[in-house]
Order: sequence, then C-alpha cells, then structure tokens
Amino acid sequence: MKILVLVKRVIDYNVKARVKSDGSGIDLANVKMSMNPFDEIALEEAVRLKEKGVATEIVAVSIGVKQAQETLRSALALGADRAILVEAEPGTDIEPLAVAKLLAKIVETEKPGLVLAGKQAIDNDMNATGQMLAALLGWGQATFASAITVEKDFADVTREVDGGLQTIRVKLPAIITADLRLNEPRYASLPNIMKAKKKPLEEKTAADYGIDVTPRLVVLRTDEPAVRKAGVKVGSVDELIVKLKHEAGVF
Amino acid sequence: MNVKGNVMMAETKLKPKDMPDLSRFDWEDAFRLDGQLTEEERMLRDAARAYAQEKLQPRVIAAYRDEITDPAIFREMGGMGLLGVTVPEEYGGVGASYVSYGLVAREIERVDSGYRSMMSVQSSLVMYPIYAYGSEDHRRKYLPKLASGEWIGCFGLTEPDAGSDPAGMKTVAKKTATGYVLNGSKTWISNAPIADVFIVWAKSEAHDGKIRGFVLDKGLKGLSAPKIGGKLSLRASITGEIVLQDVVVGEEALLPGVEGLKGPFGCLNRARYGIAWGVLGAAEFCFQAARQYGLDRKQFGKPLAGTQIYQLKLANMLTELSLGLQASLRVGRLLDEANAAPEMISIVKRNNCGKALEIARLARDMHGGNGIHEEFQVIRHMVNLETVNTYEGTHDVHALILGRAITGIQAFC
Amino acid sequence: MMILLIADVKGGILGLDATARALSAVSGLGDVHVLVAGEGIAPAVAQAATLAGVSKVLAADSPAYGKGLAEPLADLIVSIAGPYSHIAAPGTACAKNVLPRVAALLDVMVISDVIALVDGETFKRPIYAGNAIQTVKSADKVKVLTVRIASFVAAQPGGAAQAETVSGPADRELSQWIEERIAESDRPELTSAKVIVSGGRGVGSQENFAVITGLADKLGAAVGASRAAVDAGFAPNDWQVGQTGKVVAPSLYIAVGISGAIQHLAGMKDSKLIVAINKDEEAPIFQIADYGLVGDLFQIVPELTSKL
Repeated sequence: MKILVLVKRVIDYNVKARVKSDGSGIDLANVKMSMNPFDEIALEEAVRLKEKGVATEIVAVSIGVKQAQETLRSALALGADRAILVEAEPGTDIEPLAVAKLLAKIVETEKPGLVLAGKQAIDNDMNATGQMLAALLGWGQATFASAITVEKDFADVTREVDGGLQTIRVKLPAIITADLRLNEPRYASLPNIMKAKKKPLEEKTAADYGIDVTPRLVVLRTDEPAVRKAGVKVGSVDELIVKLKHEAGVF
Repeated sequence: MNVKGNVMMAETKLKPKDMPDLSRFDWEDAFRLDGQLTEEERMLRDAARAYAQEKLQPRVIAAYRDEITDPAIFREMGGMGLLGVTVPEEYGGVGASYVSYGLVAREIERVDSGYRSMMSVQSSLVMYPIYAYGSEDHRRKYLPKLASGEWIGCFGLTEPDAGSDPAGMKTVAKKTATGYVLNGSKTWISNAPIADVFIVWAKSEAHDGKIRGFVLDKGLKGLSAPKIGGKLSLRASITGEIVLQDVVVGEEALLPGVEGLKGPFGCLNRARYGIAWGVLGAAEFCFQAARQYGLDRKQFGKPLAGTQIYQLKLANMLTELSLGLQASLRVGRLLDEANAAPEMISIVKRNNCGKALEIARLARDMHGGNGIHEEFQVIRHMVNLETVNTYEGTHDVHALILGRAITGIQAFC
Repeated sequence: MMILLIADVKGGILGLDATARALSAVSGLGDVHVLVAGEGIAPAVAQAATLAGVSKVLAADSPAYGKGLAEPLADLIVSIAGPYSHIAAPGTACAKNVLPRVAALLDVMVISDVIALVDGETFKRPIYAGNAIQTVKSADKVKVLTVRIASFVAAQPGGAAQAETVSGPADRELSQWIEERIAESDRPELTSAKVIVSGGRGVGSQENFAVITGLADKLGAAVGASRAAVDAGFAPNDWQVGQTGKVVAPSLYIAVGISGAIQHLAGMKDSKLIVAINKDEEAPIFQIADYGLVGDLFQIVPELTSKL
C-alpha cells in the first residue's frame, strides 16, 4: 500500500509567534521553521506502517513556499521515499480548501491506499485540510487519531473525542489525521539526512494542476491577544477565601 | 499632510539596505549563522542537537559525578551517524563537510566536553588516519565498525616525557622479519582503557627513525591500557595510558601512507578544528545558563540581569561567542575548499578555548553559590574546559605556532 | 439571513450549554434553525425548541447519526444547506470533524474556532495557539464556522420553536462505529464548566490527584490537568487543558501545582478569575493569576476544601 503523508512548514514549535506591530500578520523574518509537529507524528506512523510491512511506499507532499523543500528533505530523512512540493507564490498561505483541491489532484495520479496528515497545523490552527480532502475525494475520514491498525480493506482508528476515546472502522482508501499521542516521532540520523538528498523531490506549481488558489478568507488584521495582568499574592487560605467571596464575588 | 507625504516619497526611493530601520537582533544567533549554513548542514546540526539533548543531557550529571564512561554511547553515536562525519559513506561515514563536523562537535560539547572528546578522538584521530594513511584493507577492516561504534578507537602520541614536543617521543618500532616489535608508553590517551583499536605513533628504525603510525588491535601480547584515575576534569570520558612491552605486530600494522610528524599533525589539525567549534557549544550553554539565572534570580528586589555589571559580562560573552563562531565557520569553509592552513586552526583552537574557559568561569561566578553545584552544570563545563584549553596544543604552544608564522623564527626552544 | 446551527448531540442527549452558547454567537445574524441529528433524539429536539432565539428545530432521527460519524452527518447537512447563509456549530470535537467536510462539499472555506463575530462575514479567530488573533472576512456564499464555546455566554430558555423532521441521503457506510470509551463522571464538562480545578506535575502522582478531585467535587467543578501531568500519567488525556488540549474560560480556574508553561496558559488564560497554588513563588502561573498562594498544595488544598 502506498501512503501519502502531508507535511507543512510552519514556525518552529518552540518559537513564540510575534505579531507585526502594524497588524499585517506574523513576523516570519529570520524565524526558525520546522515541520508541523502533528505532521511529524503522521509521518512517523507511516514509517512504522512501512516497517511493519503494511506500507510499501511513502510519498511526502507539501504545499507551500520554495523553502518547504527543507521540510520535505526532513521527511525524506525520516523515512519517506519521495516527495512532491507544490510551490506557492512567496508570501501566500494557501488555504486548506485549495490545499485539499491540489491534494485531491495528486491523489488521483498517485492512487494511495491511505493519506495521513496532522490534525492541524500549528500556524493557522484551522484543523480542516484532512476533512476537506476526504470530502472532495468522497472518502471516509478518521480525525484526531491516537491509535491506528491497518487491515487490507479497512483501518480501525481510535480517536480522541470530547470526554474520552472513540474507535471507528473506516474503509480504505481513507484519510487519517494524527493527534498528539499517536506516537513519538524518531529523529533523523546523519546518514539518512545525506541519503535524503538523493531521494526524488518533484517540484510543481498550483497552475500545473489547474487549481485556483485565490483565498476565500481575506485576513483584515492580525492582533496581539489581550494581555492579562498579574494579580496579588495572598498569605493564607483564609485570606484567599475572603478575597474570593468579597472581592471577586465567587461562592 | 504634505510633510508626511514627502517623507513617504523619500522612503519609497530608498533601497532596503539604506532604510533607517535595520533588522531585528536575535541574541541566540547574533550574526545569523543559521543563514550562512546550507540546508544539509542545518539538518545535520539539528539531528545532532536532538540526540545530544535527548540522550546525552539526561545522563551527563551522574556520569560526571560517578566517573562513568558508558561504552554504549559509542554505539548510540554510531547509530546516529555522529562518528566519522567527514569519512566517505562507502566506509560507513557520513561523507559530510568539515563545517558539518564542527556543528556536530558544538552540539555534543553543549552537553559535555568529555562526550565531544570521545566523538572527536574516534572521528579525527582514529578514523581519519585509517582513511587517509591506511591501506584499502585497513579501511575495509576498521572504518565500518568504528563508524557504527561497535569498535572504540584511541590515539597514542603523547608520552610521559613528550607532550608539547612530540618529536621527543621514545616509543620505538624495531623491524623483524615479518613486521615490527613496539616498545614504549603513551599517556593521557582518551578512550584507551575501553579501546578495541589503537593508533600508535612510534619512531621506526627501519625508516631512518622517522615517526610512523601503527594500527593495533586490542588483546595483542604486551599491549595494555590502564586507566588514569583521580581526574577532576572530563570525568565522563575515560582516559588511560598505553603500555607497549615487546608488542609483536605484522607488516600490515603499519600505516603505509605517511611518515614524520605530518602524520599525527594531519589528524590533530582536524581534531583541533572540531574542538574550536566544540568549546563554543560548551560556552554557549554557560552563557545561556547565566542569562537565565540572571533573569530568574532576584536580589535587592530586582533580577541580577538588571544590573550593569551582569549585563556587561553577558555582552562580553555574546561578543566572544559570535566572533568565535564566525571564525570557526570561515576556517571550516576553507578546510572544505582544501585551502586551510594549520595556523588558522591554531588561531581558532587557541582563541575559542581561551574565551570559552573565560566564559565558563564568568558563568560560574554569575551563578553565585549555586554555581558550584552539579545541577547548574556550569562548573562542570568550566572544569572540563581547563582540559580542552590544554590538550591538543596548549594555549601557549598555539601562540608559538602563530609567532613562528608571523616572524619566521621558531621560539619553541 | 437564515442560519443553520448544528446542535451538540451525544448519545441522543442535547449538549445544552454548548448549543446555547453557539446560539448566542449567531442569533444576532438572523433567523436561526437548529439541526438536532442523532438517534432517539425526541427529548433533545424538545429541549432545543425552548432556547430563546431559535425559530425552528430540524430533527434528523436515524441510527446513521447516532455516533457522530462525519460522513453521514456532513451529507445530511449539505442536503439541507440550500437556504442558509451561515452554517455554524459549537466547536466540539464532533463539529471540528464534520464542519470542514461540509464546507468542502459546499466549495467554501471553513472558519474554525471563531471567538467573535464582527458582522455576518467578518470573524475573529485565534491562530498560533492563541498568540495572535486574526480578523478574517469571508468571500464565500455560505459561511461555515465553528465557534469557541468558551467565548460566548449561553442563550437563555424562553423560546417555543416548532420542530420539523428532516432526513438526509442514505448512508454510504464509509465508516462504522466500533466502540466508545468515555469516562463516566458526574462532574461537568471541562469546556462548559463554571469552575475548574486543574492539577499539574506538582501533584506528583495519580493517587495524589484525589486532592484535586476532592476540591473539584466540593465546588461542583470540572477537573483539568496540565500536559505535564497527563504525560506523566497522573491524569487522563481528556483532562488536558492547553494548546493541544481543551481551551477553557470558566468563571473560576484554580491551578494547583501547575508552573504555567506557555502551552497551558494558552488554554486557560481567558478564564474570568484565576487562582494559582504553587510552592515555587517564581512560577510563571503567578504572572497571570488574580490570586496566588505560595505553599505546599498538600496542606493548602485540603484546608481550602474543608473551609469552603
């Protein structure tokens, strides 16, 4: 079975996003970028499925700026066999809907048995691409996965839902999106990083697929969230109760 | 409105480089080193950092306290591809650049100079001479197992009476009908007590008393490597002697490709270059720890980092680190272009070690009483760097190498 | 304008608070119809009809909708989407699963996690784990959105809407429900609780979490946990409050033994009142707490529990 894994280049998990003072967006100049951590988990799951003999080939796909090549090289170093980059104009963030349309075209030609992606990208936090791709393909979807068992024609997926866990069986081909606890991704070894250079990385543009990527949502502004001020320290439980009752009016 | 309009017009004519607002400063990467590296170099660095922080950092405090060298670390490093970074892939190495090798050294030494020593001895002092001076049989026999960490290597040059003056070595190789007999002793040899492979330099009578390299396997009769105890520095990395008492070896033990001091120096130049990067990792750790401590620790009602003397120290540290990194990168690029001179390596080895030691001492001091505790780690780095400043050419000896290059007059003796 | 609000329904039961909060988010835009989809939903339909601001309840009662599976639900919503300018839902795990699928089938973008409506086509939503707030204007013919439950007050009862039965296309059976492991609890849901007591790494063990649940039960509060506590196995996954867990904004949030990592703060900093109990007086949690108490949680929390 061929597995398609979607990976996005985002601001590194450890870096705090800084809002530009003019409200025009997030300052990405000279900021460390990495693979979206949820996508890393999705990729790790694909690699484990290949190690188990379930998957035969892993194709990593990224849609984004030219530098997303680097993210795809990481994916290749971690175990993907080849990569496809659909390049966007610099400074544009292609929305999940357009991403899903591009991916649907790629799925048409690649014919994977399974598509794995992170449940959301930690930049726009939209949590939509996997679901939208499933819709466009008419496939089943299993989002927020914390455990996956793949059989011949179906996959059993345990999902993180409100209040607990739900297990569903989804017919293949299907889309599964990874939640945080699906696995702990490995890190690439140096020889695998070097080998990744020799693995094929195909470069495409949105125009190659005839997809209109004009955004449907126009971002008017990006602002800092309201800042919360530090309060006071109290000296005892009794003082806390008094403050809560009389000043805050709780209880 | 009109005035503002004029200002706007003036701005639109300016080229980006002429704009009054400059770019934002990042104290964690002052000269944007990141942007001077290739994608591959950044990826290799990040992989080394992930390994070092996740696997080495959690055990270094106890390993140092209890003086434990875990041979499994070689296997782990081998699995990650950290041994023999510059050795070609066909022999089990990574086939990467000298800049990559330096970046790896910096990440390992960010955790501990001892771990970096283990890695650089294996890579530059054992795998490099086997690759550069060995026969094809040597390469095939030793390099893959050294690269995977299955075998551990050591490098015997220094002797009890020959330190800064290696030409004064007493170890000799006498020719026999089928090979050589080696006699002598080596000291301060990293990895020796747990080594499987010994690179030993000796004066060979059959080669007009010139220095030649031999590769010996553990277990040879007369070859022993007792541990040197009582070391108060680099305690996570084992050190020993090599004792050679009528060690009989075949002709195949001789490294055919080099003779004279050029042999060991070819190795040492590469190791010293790695050290130049490595010590900056240790110093960066100390700098960042001091910064954080200064922000967290409040005395007299404000953070230590809010005082002028504290900020002056941090500013000095960052300045030296930034200059040192740029210099190391330049020397690395020249090495990769086969255009580096040993004196360049002397500049960066000497200066970076000296400055790193100074930064570690300052950081130790800035941590106050907490600075002497293992938990804060700066004193470990400080004590380690005393060794690193001394080994592979002391601070003063590198000054003499530079002095000779500047004046044309050698002042060693 | 006509708005279709997808009610929160689990096991046939209406998630009243979540639905009422989402209702108040959209009720200013026009006529609101509420879709109640599930199995055995008659009481839920009746309950939804009593919410003030609902003009009609659409009832879709079928085993196909009983388990919240995305494919049949999305097909149902799309089949009745015709007249609506907005399709909205409270931001539950179920809606986050279904609504993007609906949006794609309608060829529009989804707008997730809306925290404020500027007007019918302009919305505010957090990005970068709440480190920035984006204002977006939609150019789509239908606006499909999920709203952050914690950001809106619940609509009050007082309505008397008519109910109407609807049905969707036949289920294509792309997926099938196998089992559910939902923690049985009388405590309120994290996302709708008025009071939350959360424990962090400082609690030390799963057994010690009894200190947290004890205080929570005294207050009728939900129980939360930091990622550190969840990762250490002290608390189950679905208790996690933070960037990758639940985002909450109760009237009172009591953080016990939680240092206040940025990931945790992202999930609770909109709480109206924050109380922090921690032995480390330098813990970052104190920088956002209204009331901080420095000391041993194993003394403070039982004392607080007994004195309240």
